[in-house]
Amino acid sequence: MERIDIHPTHSHENFKLRLGRPQPFGATIVPGGVNFSIFSSHATSCSLVLFKKHAKAPLAEIPFPDEFRIGNVYCMVVFDLDYENLEYGYRMDGPNNFQQGHWFDPSKILLDPYAKIIGGRDVWGVVPDWEDIYHHRGRIAFDDFDWGNDRALEIPPEDQIIYEMHVRSFTRHESSGIKENHRGTFAGIRDKIPYLKELGINAVELMPVYEFDEFENSRPNPQTGETLYNYWGYSTVGFFSPKAGYAATGKFGMQVDELKTLVKELHKNGIEVILDVVFNHTAEGNERGPTISFRGIDNKTYYMMTPEGYYFNFSGCGNTINCNNPIVRNIVLDCLRYWAAEYHIDGFRFDLASILGRDPWGYPLANPPLLESLAFDPILAKCKLIAEAWDAGGLYQVGSFPAYGRWAEWNGKFRDGIRKFIKGDGTVGQIAQCLQGSPNLYAWAGRAPATSINFITAHDGFTLMDLVSYNHKHNEANGENNNDGSNDNDSWNCGWEGATDDVGINALRRRQIKNAIAILMVSQGVPMLLMGDEVGRTQNGNNNTYCHDNELSWLDWNLQTKNAEILEFVKHCVAFRRSHPVLRNPNHFRNQDYVGSGYADITWHGTKAWNVDWSDGNRAIAFLLCGKHAKQGTVEDNYIYVAMNMHWQTQWFEIPGLPPSLQWHVFANTGAVFASNYLPGTEPVLENQSGILVGDRSVVILVGK
Amino acid sequence: MDIKLKSVGEVQVVELHGDIDASTAPDITKFVSDLVKTNIRLLLDMTKVPYMSSAGLRTLLSLYRQITAKQGKVILVGLSEELVDTMSVTGFLDFFVTKSTQEEGLANLTQET
Repeated sequence: MERIDIHPTHSHENFKLRLGRPQPFGATIVPGGVNFSIFSSHATSCSLVLFKKHAKAPLAEIPFPDEFRIGNVYCMVVFDLDYENLEYGYRMDGPNNFQQGHWFDPSKILLDPYAKIIGGRDVWGVVPDWEDIYHHRGRIAFDDFDWGNDRALEIPPEDQIIYEMHVRSFTRHESSGIKENHRGTFAGIRDKIPYLKELGINAVELMPVYEFDEFENSRPNPQTGETLYNYWGYSTVGFFSPKAGYAATGKFGMQVDELKTLVKELHKNGIEVILDVVFNHTAEGNERGPTISFRGIDNKTYYMMTPEGYYFNFSGCGNTINCNNPIVRNIVLDCLRYWAAEYHIDGFRFDLASILGRDPWGYPLANPPLLESLAFDPILAKCKLIAEAWDAGGLYQVGSFPAYGRWAEWNGKFRDGIRKFIKGDGTVGQIAQCLQGSPNLYAWAGRAPATSINFITAHDGFTLMDLVSYNHKHNEANGENNNDGSNDNDSWNCGWEGATDDVGINALRRRQIKNAIAILMVSQGVPMLLMGDEVGRTQNGNNNTYCHDNELSWLDWNLQTKNAEILEFVKHCVAFRRSHPVLRNPNHFRNQDYVGSGYADITWHGTKAWNVDWSDGNRAIAFLLCGKHAKQGTVEDNYIYVAMNMHWQTQWFEIPGLPPSLQWHVFANTGAVFASNYLPGTEPVLENQSGILVGDRSVVILVGK
Repeated sequence: MDIKLKSVGEVQVVELHGDIDASTAPDITKFVSDLVKTNIRLLLDMTKVPYMSSAGLRTLLSLYRQITAKQGKVILVGLSEELVDTMSVTGFLDFFVTKSTQEEGLANLTQET
C-alpha cells in the first residue's frame, strides 16, 4: 500500500512541497524527495536556497510557509529533486544587535550545521573563488553504505596501541610510492595498511577529518613566499561532513564512501579508528570572522558571549562553542552518534576537552551535562572517549577530568615526566608513577590504568627526533617571529642544536629515541606513537607545524631505509607489548603478591636489587613485573625486568632472582655496542643471571622464562 | 544513455553507452531489472561509459543485490582505469568481478556451473 505522504500538498514556483518532519535535523532522503529540517531559536523567517552543483547563482529560493514551522524548527519536504547535483543552504532573517548577541543577516547564505557532505573545497589546495556568494555548500548524502559484517572492533582499552596521524601528511610525500591521485588521501592510508600492520599498532587516531577550510587565514610565508595554510584543520566548518580535500574522490563528491571504505578496511586488519574532534570552537572565528553557518542561524545559542556581545575565547581561536547549552549539547551528541553509527568510528579524542565542561559563562561545572550525556549514551556505549583534559583558558584537568567511569585522558604529566627523566633530570619518583599508569592521578578515583593515554610526543610539539636534537623551538617558518608553539619542551639536543655529522651525538640521539620508545611501550596505560617517530621524522626543530603543507609536515618514506634501525626497534617493542599481557593490566597494581607466586605484582629495584634510591636526582631505577599476576592473575605471562639508567655513566645493576627453572633473557639493550633487540620469543639467555652492566643513558629489558 | 542488449548463449550482454549518473541511472535500473530472473548470467559492458557518479555506482550495487538474490551472476567488462580506481577507493569494486573484454567476461560466466 502506498503512503499518502508521498504526495505534495503545497507548491512554490515549480517545486512541489509538503510539511516535513522536524527530526532528524539536516537533509534526509525520503520517498519522492528530500526532508529539510533546521532549527533557530531567534530567526523570524527562513528560506531554503537551492543551487545546481557548482553554480554561481541559486536555482531557487523556497520560503518556509508559516505552517511548516514546528516550534523553532523549519521543516519541509521538497519533491522530485535531482539531489545528486544539488547544493543547499538557508537564508534567515531575525534580530541583528551586537550587544544582544544576535547576528542575523539575510544577505548571507548559511550552511546547514547538519550537512553530511560539504562542497566548495572539493580538491585540496585549489584556490577558491573569493567572490563566491556561498563558499561551503551543503550537499545530500546517501548514507546507504554496504558494511557487510563490519562493526567497531571494541578492543579492550588497555590493549590499544595508538598511532596519531595527519591524513594528508601520511602519504603526501612522493616517496610514499602510491598512485599520485591517492597521495595525501583516505585512499592513501588504505594503500598503506600493510605498513601499519607491520608496525603492529591497532588504532589510528586521525587528526581532524571534519570539513575545514585549508584557506582559513592562509597567507604567504614571509621567508619563502610559499602559501601557509590551516593545514592541521583544528577549525571545523561542518561537524557531520568528512573533509572533501582528504578524499581522492572528493572531486566526485564521494568522500563519504571513501572514508567509510577506509574504516572498513582498517577494521578488517584489526585496526581501530579514533577521530580527533574539535567541539570547542568553529571556523567562524571572532567578531571579525566570516559568517558560515552558526553565527547566522543562532549566534547566541551556539557561542559563549560576553555580556557586551563579544565572543569568549577559551579556545585561543576566537570563539567558544556553548557546549552546555541544551541545544548545543544535542548537536554534539547527534554528531558523535552519527559518526559512531554511520561511519563505525571506534573512538573520539576531544580537542581542548575541558571547554566541554564549562557553563555558558565559562565557569567550570562540577557535573557537566554534556560529558555525562556522552558517557552514558547508548549508541556511544562502546566508543573510546578520550579527553585532551585542558583548554586555552587555563583549565587543566589531567587527573580530574569529569570521567563518569568512561573518559580517558591524554596524560600530559606522563609526557613531561618521561621527557625530564630521559634528559637526565633524575625524576625517579615521577616516572615510577608514569610506568604504572599514573595511579597517583587515577587510582584514587577508581579509574583504570587505560585512563592514561601515554605519549611522549604528539602533533603539538617536537617530534621524537627533534626532542633529542633541539633545546629550543625553531618556528621561524611559521611567520610569527618564533612566538608561536610551546616553550616548555623538556628537550635536550645531546650536545649540538640541530642536525650534525658528529657520530657520537647522533649515536646518543638514536639511543635516546630508543629509550623513549622502550619506556613508552613498557608503561601501563595506552601508548600513543606520533606518526613518523618510528623512523626518526624531523620538523627541523619546528614544534608547531600547523600551517605547513610541505616536507616539514609530510612523512618521508625514505626514512624507513635511513633509520631502519629505529624502525626495527619500534616494531620489536610494539610486538613485545602485544605479546606480554603483564604490560597491559586492566587494573592498577596492588604492590602485593595476591596469587601466591612469591613476588608482588610489581617490585622496584635500583642498582641493588630490591633497593631503590627514591631521592631526587637519582637517575637509575628498575622494576620487575611478576608474570603470574598478568591481567590480575587471569593469564600466564613471563616475568619482565626493566632497568633504566639515565645517568651519564655506565652502572652495574644487580638483577632480582627468578623462581627456580626460569632464566633471564635479553629482549633489548639500547646501550649495547651493536644495538640489540629481538623479536619476542627469540631472546637469547643472559650470560650472567645475577647482574648486568647498563650503559650510560640506556634501557635494558629482560624476560624471565 | 544508449542501452543495447544481445544474448550470447545463456548470457545476457548489456552494452551501455554514456555517463551513468542520477539522470540516466533510472533507465538502466528499469532495463536491467526487467531482465533479472533466477540464475541470470549478466554481462555489463562498460567500455563506452566515461563516467559514473555516486548515484551511478549505487545503481550498479543495487542491481548486483537484485541479481545475487536470485542466484544470478553479473560481470563488469571494459571499465576505464579511472573508473576502476574510483570504484576501488569507494569500496564498490569489492562486490564485482571485472574483466577487460567481453570474451573474457563471457568465458568467466559460462565456465561457472
